[in-house]
Amino acid sequence: MSEPPAAIEVSRLVKSYGGVMAVHDISFTVARGEIVGFLGPNGAGKSTTMRILTGYLPATSGSVLICGLPVATQPGEIKRRIGYMPENNPLPDDMRVSEYMYFRGRLKEIPRRKLGPRIDEVLEICDLKRVRHKIIGQLSKGYRQRVGIAEAILAEPPVIIMDEPTIGLDPHQILIVRDLIASLRGRMTVIISSHILPEIEMTCDRVLIINQGRVVAQGTPAHLRREIFGHSSYQLELAGDPATLTAALAAVDDSFHVSAVGEPDPAGFRRITVTTHREGELGESLLAALLARNFRVRSLSRDNPTLEDVFLAATRRSWDVVAPPPKETSPPADAQPGPNPDLSP
Amino acid sequence: MKHFPTLLSHELRMLLVSPATYVAATLFLGFMGLIFTKILEIYSGAAQETSPALVYFQLFWLPACVMVPLLTMKCLAEERRLGTIETLLTTPVTTTEVVLAKFSAAYVLYVTLWSSTIGFFYILKKFSGDARFLDSGPLLGGYLFIAVSGLFFVAIGVFASSVTSNQSVAGIIGCVALASLILGGNALSDSSWLEQGLLRPIKSIVDYAHVFSHRDDFTRGVIDSRHVIFYLSGTVLSLIFSILSVEAKLLHA
Repeated sequence: MSEPPAAIEVSRLVKSYGGVMAVHDISFTVARGEIVGFLGPNGAGKSTTMRILTGYLPATSGSVLICGLPVATQPGEIKRRIGYMPENNPLPDDMRVSEYMYFRGRLKEIPRRKLGPRIDEVLEICDLKRVRHKIIGQLSKGYRQRVGIAEAILAEPPVIIMDEPTIGLDPHQILIVRDLIASLRGRMTVIISSHILPEIEMTCDRVLIINQGRVVAQGTPAHLRREIFGHSSYQLELAGDPATLTAALAAVDDSFHVSAVGEPDPAGFRRITVTTHREGELGESLLAALLARNFRVRSLSRDNPTLEDVFLAATRRSWDVVAPPPKETSPPADAQPGPNPDLSP
Repeated sequence: MKHFPTLLSHELRMLLVSPATYVAATLFLGFMGLIFTKILEIYSGAAQETSPALVYFQLFWLPACVMVPLLTMKCLAEERRLGTIETLLTTPVTTTEVVLAKFSAAYVLYVTLWSSTIGFFYILKKFSGDARFLDSGPLLGGYLFIAVSGLFFVAIGVFASSVTSNQSVAGIIGCVALASLILGGNALSDSSWLEQGLLRPIKSIVDYAHVFSHRDDFTRGVIDSRHVIFYLSGTVLSLIFSILSVEAKLLHA
């Protein structure tokens, strides 16, 4: 028995709408049980890609395999394997929550016998028990979002695709949704798109950033930081002779260099930014080396670019360089982080 | 077709909980009742040669042109406007099942409303004590005509709803399409200029599609298979176009 196929395999996916390329040659793979965040500015092609994954929209070219099955030729089988929550979460306003769940459960071919207990379970998970007899049109935004999420996980599909599930939720509800998604880890493959980047960073194993219909970066958040920024940087506030600083830095690591030097303040301290291609934590040895050379150090901190910075840098890079398709066909672990000095934030 | 019963029962339920259904039903029954009262007044004034049922069905076109678009305009247009068509079509249902369920639900409602008017004739018979008023031939033929032609009319309404995401536009398209089929056909078949040489084939098409003459045949008890085939093929064609229209909107979304 060979290894089970990846949950989602997209290769060279292209979608054009009347001459406009919405999705331009996207390839990526999502392993089973993985939670992947889908990031991109508005109009980047996220929703289009998700709709193609569900079989709702046909692709112009390229192939999509869900659990090893091609979406284009077996849409019926694919739809049994996915739970989908579209953008803006459209729901019928004139149904009760429990009625809607029952209807959707029947459409998703859950046997009648199992449907009742499963609906109870899902409503419990999504904290919807109190509103199960309410009419959906009268529910608040937070409840509506959770009805959408409950519906997506109702049939326990192996792949769940959610287009901005946390939009419009308050922090408490976001927390619930985050825990909910995290509880699916390992059992179901989840793709979520979101604009709330810390959200994605906390929930997702891996992030795909797309812009103008192309994958501009993909990998774990830490990997992306390396790939996009290509270095770690440290902020220093120190007093001493700047001319000897380079030698002090070289003693710690060859690739250290000074990237910015500020003006000295009245006490003689200046803010200095130093960068290195090394990944590991060098703060302690840096501090020791500086003190050994009689620098007076007032502060030292390592810059930790947030996913926001990564996102902005990655999308900015793709605006600047639209030509070469990113090397997304190779798995992220193999991708070589390289120096990219032009992309310093 | 596995999901058809689920979809149909959902659609019927949605129709039954919607206030619009009751408004339409009340208006329809009120209007038909008014027509029926008028007919009775005429019949009580002077003896008539034809059965009241014959006269009653002569005005079928008014509810057909107004009621059918009201019943069908919402079905696909609203799903598309709300975006629920996306959640619907990402479950294992096919477009065909969705369109057929919408069509069947609207048709069931249309036929139910019409069949409730049988009560008028029953009341008449009960209170007049005259069995002739419940003349079964024209009555049966008339209701059969309503049932058969209703298939096509409702299918046209569903098609109108499938081409747009705006309910009112769907309603207007449906109304105009039905009026041109029913009333336009009638006007054309009366016009003599179609008799001339080259236009004669058009004339024969117009005659074939002349809804009023179909109604006359049905109420006279003549059930011509050509008429039945006309309505059935029209229904199938309209439904196929509705399915294609829903799918084309996805292709060119």
